[in-house]
Amino acid sequence: MNNSYIQKSFYEKTARNRIISIVDKNSFVEILKPGSMPTSPNLASLDITGSFDDGVIIGKAKIKDNFVYIIAQEGRFMGGAVGEMHGAKIVGMLLKAIDEKPKAIVFFVDSGGVRLHEANAGLITISEIMRAMLKVRNAGIPIITVIGGTNGAFGGMGISACLSTHIIMTEEGRLALSGPEVIETLKGVEEFDSKDRALVWRVTGGKTRYLLGHVQVLVEDDIDDITQEIVAALQLPVANVDLSYLQQQQDGLQQQYDQWFGKKDSLSIWQSMNINNPDSISMLSAEQVKAIKKG
Amino acid sequence: MQTQTILAELFPNQLEYHIDNWVIRGSAETKVGKVEIIGTVDSAAINHAIAMTLANEVLKVIAEGKKTPIVFIVDTQGQDSSRADELLCLNRTFAHLAACVDLLRRSEHPNLAIILGEAVSGGFLSYGLMANQIFALQTSQVKVMDLKAMSRVTKIPLEKLQSLSQTSAIFAPGVENFYKMGAVDDIWVELDEHLVENAIESQQSHLDDFLTDKRRDVAKQRDGRLLCNEIVEAVLSA
Repeated sequence: MNNSYIQKSFYEKTARNRIISIVDKNSFVEILKPGSMPTSPNLASLDITGSFDDGVIIGKAKIKDNFVYIIAQEGRFMGGAVGEMHGAKIVGMLLKAIDEKPKAIVFFVDSGGVRLHEANAGLITISEIMRAMLKVRNAGIPIITVIGGTNGAFGGMGISACLSTHIIMTEEGRLALSGPEVIETLKGVEEFDSKDRALVWRVTGGKTRYLLGHVQVLVEDDIDDITQEIVAALQLPVANVDLSYLQQQQDGLQQQYDQWFGKKDSLSIWQSMNINNPDSISMLSAEQVKAIKKG
Repeated sequence: MQTQTILAELFPNQLEYHIDNWVIRGSAETKVGKVEIIGTVDSAAINHAIAMTLANEVLKVIAEGKKTPIVFIVDTQGQDSSRADELLCLNRTFAHLAACVDLLRRSEHPNLAIILGEAVSGGFLSYGLMANQIFALQTSQVKVMDLKAMSRVTKIPLEKLQSLSQTSAIFAPGVENFYKMGAVDDIWVELDEHLVENAIESQQSHLDDFLTDKRRDVAKQRDGRLLCNEIVEAVLSA
């Protein structure tokens, strides 16, 4: 059996393996290594065994000789959700970047958002992450986010991810605010059938996000392709988040809203974009989808 | 208390506003001059239309270039949950709104949020939590999720959550908890016309200080979040 696909898959890897397979050999230096900080007392008080990294790995590395900071959320620990320590590690890394000025911060987001077991701390620390991300951008340092893990980017991490300068997304990645299960619980299965995986991907998945311009890059679930896109993103200028930039964004959002709000499936949007055979998009490769967008 | 009654107590002078689609927009005169009022009412479930309207109003105030203070009114049950909103990436629109409030902070506009009714998760995150300061009415409800729902999702017995919430501010709903956690600056019990103008006047005397996020220091002083400050410092000195 050919398992080279699995070996190259970002989705299938742990956060640590994602880092190791993308950065230059032996270049990763972890900050707050396992053993150098306590496990979460907040979780311990709920009789939950904490993790030695609280579900996020941070450090410095090189990618094709470019000095970068890495933040990688571990989706296998509590769904990558943000608790007090987890969030503080991310905030620390972002603020540190402003002092040390790496070429970029590369952020592997894999998170359902706020960790409910530490709900208040999680929510507030996400707002601290958001403020820090904007501070980093305004210091001219790009934040390159990759969404392609098992938990996608939801809730507060879905919001934060969109404050990046650049988002690279796989088809398997998902980016949204409320998870489909939450919407189904609140509004019923007619509103969102969370078991209909094809529908979930058509609403929140990488191809939809890319074709609608919500993220900049669509890429195969392949470590080499993702690395290449990170390197390409490193060369791009960082736009200042100033008044004219935000006015432009505002116009873009308004335009999107006027054109498409009310549609409940990307298929009907593809149709109105005059894309041939919208049904076939789920079968296409990232390259083929990019070709459609470029026309 | 009704929105109207509360606003009349806070802004007795030349208060005018209108409410449309859960968005409140208005202004009032104070001893520090005109303040703009922007926010949501009636426990708004924030969707694309509401978030875009709020963002647009913030941008218009910045564009005037007069550094007019903004008072954000927060009353939201959180984000609206619909497939149509998610399909157009509601989280991205929220990020845009948050970036607009952040620009306001950086553009020397004094600004503060007042929690009138509810402040819940994503809706709170997108603008209230981005403001320089947050003040909450004692009667307001601030939360991510109520304990019953939390128990269901986390599979932790409700009794355990209830008993732990007596001693920990980390997860349970409540304006007091958000005060301890450093997010709420003060809880207002009695309302009067000086609360807002005093806050703005105080901000004007040291606006630059608000560009540094101090909420984790405050959280430590108030015994709310005990670890985050230490961890951030450890990362910075690594």
